Amino acid sequence: MMPGALPSGPLALAIPEMWLAGSACLILLCDVYFGSTRRSLTATLTMLALTIGVALTGQYGLSTQRFLLFNGLYVADPLAGFLKMAAFVAMATAIFYSQDYLEQRAIRGGEYYVLCLTALLGIFVLISANSLLTVYLGIELLSLSLYALVAFDRDSGIAAEAATKYFVLGAISSGILLYGMSMLYGLTGTLDLDRLSTIVRSGPDAALIIGVAFVVAAIAFKFGAVPFHMWVPDVYEGAPTSVTLFIATVSNLGSFALILRLLAHGLAGTPAIWTQMLMAVAVLSLLVGNLGAIAQTNIKRMLAYSAIANAGFVLLGFASGVNAGYQAALNFTIAYVITTLASFGMILMLSRSGFEHDQIADFKGLASRDPLLAAMMLALMFSTAGVPPFIGFWAKLWIIQALLGSRHAWLATFAVLISVVGAFYYLRVVWYMYFEAAGDRPVPEARARMRFILVINTVAVTVMGVLPNALLRICERVLPP
Amino acid sequence: MHQIGWLSVVIWLPVAGGLTTLAFGDERARQARWAALVTSLLALAACVRLYAEFANGTAQFQFVERVSWIPALHSQYYLGVDGISLPLILLTAFMTVPVVIAGWSVVDKRPAQYYAAFLIMEGLMIGVFSAMDSLLFYFFWEAMLIPMFLIIGVWGGPRRVYATLKFFLYTFLGSVLMLVALIYLYLKAGDYSIAAMQQLPLTLAQQRWIFLAFLLAFAVKVPMWPVHTWLPDAHVEAPTGGSVILAAIMLKMGGYGLLRFSLPMTPDASHQLDWLIVSLSLIAIVYIAFVALVQQDMKKLIAYSSIAHMGFVTLGAFLVFYIVAATGSAKGAINGLDGAVVQMISHGLISGALFLCVGVMYDRLHTRDINAYGGVVNVMPKFGALMVLFALANSGLPGTSGFVGEFLVILASFKASFWFALLAASILVVGAGYNLWLVKRVIFGPVANAQVAKMQDLNAREFLVLGVLAAAVLLLGVWPAPLLNMMEASVQHLLQQILTSKIPGAA
Repeated sequence: MMPGALPSGPLALAIPEMWLAGSACLILLCDVYFGSTRRSLTATLTMLALTIGVALTGQYGLSTQRFLLFNGLYVADPLAGFLKMAAFVAMATAIFYSQDYLEQRAIRGGEYYVLCLTALLGIFVLISANSLLTVYLGIELLSLSLYALVAFDRDSGIAAEAATKYFVLGAISSGILLYGMSMLYGLTGTLDLDRLSTIVRSGPDAALIIGVAFVVAAIAFKFGAVPFHMWVPDVYEGAPTSVTLFIATVSNLGSFALILRLLAHGLAGTPAIWTQMLMAVAVLSLLVGNLGAIAQTNIKRMLAYSAIANAGFVLLGFASGVNAGYQAALNFTIAYVITTLASFGMILMLSRSGFEHDQIADFKGLASRDPLLAAMMLALMFSTAGVPPFIGFWAKLWIIQALLGSRHAWLATFAVLISVVGAFYYLRVVWYMYFEAAGDRPVPEARARMRFILVINTVAVTVMGVLPNALLRICERVLPP
Repeated sequence: MHQIGWLSVVIWLPVAGGLTTLAFGDERARQARWAALVTSLLALAACVRLYAEFANGTAQFQFVERVSWIPALHSQYYLGVDGISLPLILLTAFMTVPVVIAGWSVVDKRPAQYYAAFLIMEGLMIGVFSAMDSLLFYFFWEAMLIPMFLIIGVWGGPRRVYATLKFFLYTFLGSVLMLVALIYLYLKAGDYSIAAMQQLPLTLAQQRWIFLAFLLAFAVKVPMWPVHTWLPDAHVEAPTGGSVILAAIMLKMGGYGLLRFSLPMTPDASHQLDWLIVSLSLIAIVYIAFVALVQQDMKKLIAYSSIAHMGFVTLGAFLVFYIVAATGSAKGAINGLDGAVVQMISHGLISGALFLCVGVMYDRLHTRDINAYGGVVNVMPKFGALMVLFALANSGLPGTSGFVGEFLVILASFKASFWFALLAASILVVGAGYNLWLVKRVIFGPVANAQVAKMQDLNAREFLVLGVLAAAVLLLGVWPAPLLNMMEASVQHLLQQILTSKIPGAA
């Protein structure tokens, strides 16, 4: 099939990326000239750019059909439009939650926001990638921005350590990915994902298996899935919480796009090879993530292990090898992003100058110090644990349904049983907040604006938990069989 | 049909009332209390209306509400009640009122949250009993764990964190496998409605797996031996209200689940594995009764007695196959099912009342140790009389509701096998033993010590609560006909479902 067989779309479909790239450059310039005198300017401009970006995506970026642009390097389909919308909104929320935190820590460089925008651009490129080269471009743009962001608090030793680990391991994983891609190219003679999916239809072939194994390893690294998870706890703990928030949420949308474009689309011809690899990776992730989280005392580290376990769930969706599983994985990713945004938002809300609020024990007695915040954190924890009436329940339910539908009853049983183990450490946060005395821990600051957004975020977690149909339907529509 | 969905009202009114109570905040505890009381009374009134309009003599589901909920999963907001679920809904609404009143002047730690948790629980529990869509059922079933987790953990005793974590994880573990079974059934039936799942033909092997997955969920909730160990801990540490709701209603969900899911959805597997349930029930009835005998903690004693009494529920429900095998007809089997349902209602009233009695004593002396009491009747005559009544009802005294359920189940066991009946009837002796011994040590005898001598008799609030419960226990004991009439048609229908094989080609 030639790339021209699909309608090649108008350039307007790429307006979100163009806007993002342009505004990142403009904001950098503005920051150079005015940043030192008007400190909040960069942040305001970034929020403005994101808001306009949402509007532009709504106007031009959504398409009901599949279009190819730039000689088939770039694809615009309903999924791309939806993921970009989601990424814009998640990014704006993340920046909103981060502002006070950055201000208190005197992390004032305008580059912070510019790096956020370039990382977002990297995610967009991944979302719309239709060629191995575009995929690699997106990954590198995203990763390089993230390395710099992790190290942004340059006086913090632990952040520098985290950034170094992240960079070294990330570079290795990029190498692995390139190597895998080169093998695929050598076997098929094409970089185009559409063509790859039609060419690679043969059964197991040693070279193909090795090539796919390298690609899967790189994907597992991006997801932070076992056995490529070692960077996750250190980076989550070491990075400034605002950056951890970014890695845990917005960046996940990029990882989802990566696996969907590369495996579910590009290698759709040989699902047997990679679904088995994903199963092993997913099962190990669930095991290590859930067991590892139990031992943590630092909440960022605990959420890092929880992220590993949740990556296992997303990978299980893909391991089912059926479209229903991909839909479920998308639904899970969105639900996870919404919930995790608020969870880290809560940590940012509770931290103050000179105090990170990153120990689980810091939550002790929150219910008596601030009932509203405690109730919201309760909802978020139960949602992540997968208890109704919150969004996380449906996310897990759909994954399990996809697994049962594709005759993986044992995987489904394993997944639900290990979530019982997982429930324990989420419950521990609730326990500290509700069952322990506050001691001399301070009453959280008021911060009405941030509180308001957090309330909206948590209400979304609950409302979408009581009425989950809309999100399920969207996932079905953007990923038609 | 009805313009107003009354089932929705009885589910969401308490939830809304709970949120209102929460909004009052702990600073305005007085308003919060009144809001809670008014809500629970209104919910009870709405339930009475349901009762008044309920038509006996048909197994059809009534007050049906069916609205699109999650079309993407073919799941609907589908409510309805029959003669098995309505009594349990009435029990739920009825028992919440005493819980609210019993906490009136006793709970001073975060009172608004306390009442809110109980009201939200009430709504969710009624939701469990009225859901006709299995996903909706599971939604309520799991959501209910959250308020109970908080109730035990915030207002409980010294080891409350241990007890509440154990409670949550135990029940969570039980229910996740049920979820897998429900999804499996959905994929076969194409619909999450309970009725569709009940009609779905399944091979014996499939039924067996589903039956075991259900069994774990329901056995933990009932709780059946040997997965009962969470219950004594949860009861001992929970505040009085928590123990009442736990014993009176939450345990009934296990029994209800067996009647609504296990038996009709997997009748052949139930038949094949009935020996398992019957043996576990008999062990619970006999062995746990002896365990109850040696308890020093009053709450623990009642908790163990609850496990033994719930054994009658599971026994009655699963004797059906034995009776049919022994007598060759289904006629006698109805007694077992009737007994199971009556026993659930009766145990709800009696165990709830006993936990309230312990609460009354605990509020005065701050101990549940039996040895700390003695001769309470000398200083608290009104309380002594009521407590003795409930203890006797708990041991199945004729004239009280405890007799009706146990008698029906023992009657059914005679039809199945003499030995079952002998074992089951032995609890009447042991049960009388631990109940009377409890009464002898706590209520009768000379005043044990100075603290007991200073105990005040029941105040008007406490007397009202226990008095109403005593009236209910006696009324159901001497005149169970309204309850039996209400459930008759539904139980007949259930029996028919149980005895119809679902194996494809076997019918």
